[in-house]
Amino acid sequence: MTNTVLEAKNIVRDYHVAGGLFTKARTVHAVKNVSFSVERGKTLAIVGESGCGKSTLARILTLIDAPTAGELFIADKKVDIAHAGLPPEMRRKVQIVFQNPYGSLNPRQKIGDVLGEPLKINTDMPASERRDRAMTMLQKVGLGPEHYNRYPHMFSGGQRQRIAIARALMLNPSLLVLDEPVSALDLSVQAQVLNLLADLQDEFQLTYVFISHDLSVVRYIADEVMVMYFGEAVEYGTRDEVFSNPQHSYTKTLFAATPRADVDSIRARLARKKTAA
Amino acid sequence: MPLLEIKNLRVAFDTSVGEFIAVQGIDLSVDEREVLAIVGESGSGKSVSMLAVMGLLPDTATVTADSMTFNGRDLLTMTVEQRRKIIGRDIAMIFQEPIASLNPCFTVGFQIEEVLRVHMGMDRAQRRARAIELLQQVGIPEPEQRLSTFPHQMSGGQCQRVMIAIAIACNPKLLIADEPTTALDVTIQKQILDLLMRLQAEHGMGLIMITHNMGVVAETADRVVVQYKGRKMEEADVLSLFESPKSNYTKALLSALPDNATGDRLPTVSDFILDAPDGAPA
Repeated sequence: MTNTVLEAKNIVRDYHVAGGLFTKARTVHAVKNVSFSVERGKTLAIVGESGCGKSTLARILTLIDAPTAGELFIADKKVDIAHAGLPPEMRRKVQIVFQNPYGSLNPRQKIGDVLGEPLKINTDMPASERRDRAMTMLQKVGLGPEHYNRYPHMFSGGQRQRIAIARALMLNPSLLVLDEPVSALDLSVQAQVLNLLADLQDEFQLTYVFISHDLSVVRYIADEVMVMYFGEAVEYGTRDEVFSNPQHSYTKTLFAATPRADVDSIRARLARKKTAA
Repeated sequence: MPLLEIKNLRVAFDTSVGEFIAVQGIDLSVDEREVLAIVGESGSGKSVSMLAVMGLLPDTATVTADSMTFNGRDLLTMTVEQRRKIIGRDIAMIFQEPIASLNPCFTVGFQIEEVLRVHMGMDRAQRRARAIELLQQVGIPEPEQRLSTFPHQMSGGQCQRVMIAIAIACNPKLLIADEPTTALDVTIQKQILDLLMRLQAEHGMGLIMITHNMGVVAETADRVVVQYKGRKMEEADVLSLFESPKSNYTKALLSALPDNATGDRLPTVSDFILDAPDGAPA
């Protein structure tokens, strides 16, 4: 068995928009011919602006949506949910963490039930064991057993994102898709969650597909980087290649637009302002 | 004389479990033509203190201060009618969520012209001409056609431009921008920040930039106030803040930037402030 956890070959996803009385039906090409592969324990970052197809790709990778064309391999097994359906053991291998921790937890469900539900649906584990596992997982993500019976509204944004990560890890997945997991969080909380993700990756040999538009976060966490623009992968390479020598003009625009927080660029800006005044 | 000067501001909310103090002991001042950034994480009271200036807090809030003056006029003793003449005209505010802060039921043109009607008393033709001019200033193409579009027909970046157009409609002396780019992509963020800085320089406005993004601070501010749990931690000009931060909290914020990561782990606030203070500066 090779070490490749996820491989995508020429993934295409089109959405057909039905026509109305006055509008014609049309096709939106959300993802165009995207290929990549990720090895065990590594992180692939997908970068792009809103509407570039990165979340569509995330839905395909987490087996929620079927691609229109192209092949998807998870742990060297071909997955084709449109025609062959989805074997239950595959569902366990891939999990997702969503962007907004305020929207992705059911407000009427206690944290213990949030964590136990994936096990209840996917396994025939007895309730006592589900409870034990949920308790262990709470501690792994930096929360305590006292949080088991609380409701989501009693937690802060960073704590909720920890809960969402814990829920995703309950089934021991090998691949975790993180759709902008820290963009709704404050800087200091963002640092805590990124540290947690790094720790969990080491402990469970997890593979991450990390979707983000924040290049400083990507530079910190990624091994490989793919830049998407209007559904196409315009740049794909190791982190150092992409950051030191961006090829595509969009990648360069993206780098130029990222605010720089070092002392030299502040000096340069203040000097420019002085000459302009 | 500073444009806006606040001394010892305290804002408390009445709740069912007693009084909650959101902001305490805040002093700040902005001069004409100055860009002041207020930095802090959620719950640090950075928006609350500006809403207190605007008089937009709910009835449950109690605002007290030693003094709060705008352009030499006392905002605390002013009647509601007097204040309404200033708010929206001399002090304007831009909010975080552009799509949520525009009214979905009215066209963009109506919403811009409303400000001009209330504050400037312009007639219909003047209002329309001014609205077109404003849309041009904020960089929206085909402004004549755009006047009759609704907010949902525009992108987030364009809605934010319309918000800015409404805010600068009466040539305000002070513009308060509450996280103006948080909901936007980096490329759009850059455009909006450039636009705000250009307008600020052209009109000579004072600008208060509320943000939690240190990158935005570095790109825009002259002076920075750092807030944490409702208290002011540090005030410095932008260069010395980034070069030699004084308070532990600022140091923590700067080192939590992934850009500055040196080892495998990002330092967090708790590495710097061991017993996270309940309001007291560390």
